[in-house]
Amino acid sequence: MQKLDSKIPEGPLAEKWSRYKAGLRLVNPANKKKIDIIVVGTGLAGAGTASALGELGYNVKVFCFQDSPRRAHSVAAQGGINAAKNYKNDNDSVYRLFHDMVKGGDYRAREANVYRAAEVSNDVIDHFTALGVPFARDYGGSLDTRSFGGVQVSRTFYAKGQTGQQCLLGTYSSLNRQIAKGTVKMFPRRDMLDVVIIDGKARGIITRNLLTGELERHSAHAVVLATGGYGTVFYLSTLGLGSNASAAWSAYKKGALFANPSFIQIHPTSIPVLNDYQCKLTLMSESLRNDGRVWVPKEKGDKRHPGEIPEEERDYYLERRYPAFGNLVPRDVASRAAKERCDAGYGVGDTGLSVYLDFKDAIEKQGQKAIKDKYGNLFEMYEKITGINPYTQPMRIYPAGHYTMGGLWVDYNLMTTIPGLYAIGESNFSDHGANRLGASSLMQCCGDGYFILPNTIGHYLADDIRTGKIPADDPAFEEAEKTVADRIQRIIAVGGKETASSFHKRLGKIMWDHCGMRRDAEGLKKGMELLKQLEEEFWKNICIPGSEKDLNQELEKALKVADFFEVGMLMCEDALQREESCGAHFREEHQTETGEARRDDANFAYVGAWEYLGPKAKPKLYKEALRFEFVELKERSYK
Amino acid sequence: MDFTLKIWRQKNAQTKGSFKTYPLKDVSPEMSFLEMLDYLNKQIIEQGDEPVTFEHDCREGICGSCGLYINGRPHGPMRNTTTCELHMREFKDGETIVIEPWRSRAFPVIKDLVVDRSSFERIMHAGGFISANTGTAPESNSNPISKLIADKAFDAAACIGCGACVAACQNSSAMLYAAAKIAQYAMIPQGKVEAKERVDKMVKQMDAEGFGFCSNTYGCEFDCPKGISVDFIALMNREFFSSKVCKQKQA
Repeated sequence: MQKLDSKIPEGPLAEKWSRYKAGLRLVNPANKKKIDIIVVGTGLAGAGTASALGELGYNVKVFCFQDSPRRAHSVAAQGGINAAKNYKNDNDSVYRLFHDMVKGGDYRAREANVYRAAEVSNDVIDHFTALGVPFARDYGGSLDTRSFGGVQVSRTFYAKGQTGQQCLLGTYSSLNRQIAKGTVKMFPRRDMLDVVIIDGKARGIITRNLLTGELERHSAHAVVLATGGYGTVFYLSTLGLGSNASAAWSAYKKGALFANPSFIQIHPTSIPVLNDYQCKLTLMSESLRNDGRVWVPKEKGDKRHPGEIPEEERDYYLERRYPAFGNLVPRDVASRAAKERCDAGYGVGDTGLSVYLDFKDAIEKQGQKAIKDKYGNLFEMYEKITGINPYTQPMRIYPAGHYTMGGLWVDYNLMTTIPGLYAIGESNFSDHGANRLGASSLMQCCGDGYFILPNTIGHYLADDIRTGKIPADDPAFEEAEKTVADRIQRIIAVGGKETASSFHKRLGKIMWDHCGMRRDAEGLKKGMELLKQLEEEFWKNICIPGSEKDLNQELEKALKVADFFEVGMLMCEDALQREESCGAHFREEHQTETGEARRDDANFAYVGAWEYLGPKAKPKLYKEALRFEFVELKERSYK
Repeated sequence: MDFTLKIWRQKNAQTKGSFKTYPLKDVSPEMSFLEMLDYLNKQIIEQGDEPVTFEHDCREGICGSCGLYINGRPHGPMRNTTTCELHMREFKDGETIVIEPWRSRAFPVIKDLVVDRSSFERIMHAGGFISANTGTAPESNSNPISKLIADKAFDAAACIGCGACVAACQNSSAMLYAAAKIAQYAMIPQGKVEAKERVDKMVKQMDAEGFGFCSNTYGCEFDCPKGISVDFIALMNREFFSSKVCKQKQA
């Protein structure tokens, strides 16, 4: 049996990380030059860690599927990045940030990991400022902050509604500096299709050059996956269309355990579906809920123009149900509340699948200019997509698949169950429990990439200073490359009639209906059955025009969709075994009389980590018990 | 809505390309421009042909992947709008729409509507950064920056690296692209330290890549989907000259 050793250090919470770091082994500067590290993904986590490792003197090889590392989907994060600076003097602290995250995650995250993420958050802000990231400032020239959902302090640093872009470009600049110095070698337009294991250790990857179709072998002493989340399993999501699960999934199939796959965040404020060919839902930042008020008409099926519905006939349901947090309840709570109203027949728009997010009061109170300063680009984006001016008419919003709290299981070193294979940022599972609070994803990605992994990886690599180059002609490389080549041949050989996007769309609908915002045992089982049928159909009828030896976007898509069937199955499996409601995971069978989630700490305070046992076999579940020494487990109330 | 699409098809960099005409029926006005192309591609694939290859990812106007030359303008007819944000309601029913890749010697065509923008990357490698190692940063608020300057730096930093400025320019100049980064850093204290060296190196690389010179037509600003101002080019020029003067003085 594979043992889950989280390696969480003993000792007082606030000292765990510093004590642990002090005990880690080092690689001296001369030896670092002899060590190669592969980083896959160039978002905030990947590009950050690659530049930090390059600065330390390692030889780093970085891979991304886009034409430039600057296009990784971190670029689309809007609202902000949290840090416990307490610049507003509102009694914020590392402890409070930690506590908010543990509570926000509905007590399904590791205390020690979360505390560490909060601890390094201030360093992240300082680093970005030094890199020239243009965060918003007040008139005295100091950094400004704003508040976000699920918390009562103002700790979110931002750059208009483009914080992710600005942080990513800052990280990209530090990556470019290392590329120029030669410590980092960049490989754009590559899909990672497999990880190579030699003597039980991760020693390389197989990539497909997306321009030539050529399969390539890349060897290294360690491999870091920073490949993001798998929210595109729903087809319609807020993610970039290229975002996928395949790299992490290949690691899972090589033996890395996959944790809490069913924990997937549905973001409450996305622009609703407007046409049948839509393949992407655009997010409207959570920060809008600072000033926007969410409502639906009190009357079922009220088709009047929103401006004609008087104040007393509007139901501000978040303020009504959750007076303490109002419109700023966490995402899972806001999403379910919107779905509840729409399912009950109060939704607005042609489909009845949306609610209003109204800025009328804020504009009256603060003036249009103040609102424009804060959210100008989001308002423009909304108008471009919908053709409606949100300064004069409320936005329509609806929940959409967004962020995956689940991911590859990692220990305190951020290493997966495969020695030498690391997972950072959204691709791991460790810090957000069952629900992520807004603006903490950027914080975690950057913390993992810049400040945590560069320390922990040295401890592992200290054993490799005499290993020498890892040969790329090892039989393990040959075998991995052959497996990948065979799979590509097999998928091309199908020669069917239906496109990858069409299958993806059908797959997404199954997942959304059966493993989305609300789940029940019957629905999940049904979902798995439908997935199985669709997967069989896929392998009989997928159509891929063109050649595999060329730039072939249909082949790229099909390979990703093929993995999503398996991801979907594991999500359902995981959701089925978790007989409780917690965070984003809501089981119909487990709710209070008022419809709130009912957690079961006695039986489910664990991380569910799955082991792959073969294509036909049921995966095996391992449970890592979560110990809460510093936070009292409470019902998560935002009332 | 119905459209006639004239799309540039090119197998690869070595082969000569040409326009191909595709009639497309029943397009919803709510579709984005790229969704319209998805819709076309679905039909092309179902007919057994190779779909039109184009770049895209975020589909919300921020990653900079997409960029099509639509009816003679980068990113199409709407100002401050990327191709992915453009919607079909902006076109007239029955219209003929011409779709091309970016045209520039420094952006060779890879396939169909996909071009190679790695020249942009190399300009950044030459100096598009502040040399601050991880862990060396002082406390953020120890270095106040006036809101006015911070906001201006942000305006410059909003560049998404799509290449529309080059496509819009009669000289295929990359001045706006380079200037946005140079200006962002030159305005703030953290970036001033290396400002002279940076402008020198980045301009040199820009020239080496085969981008043209600026002749002040302001087409780049007009077609920039992020509305980046040509004022930054002026700022870059000032930085460039002062770097030369400094060098002479040092010599």
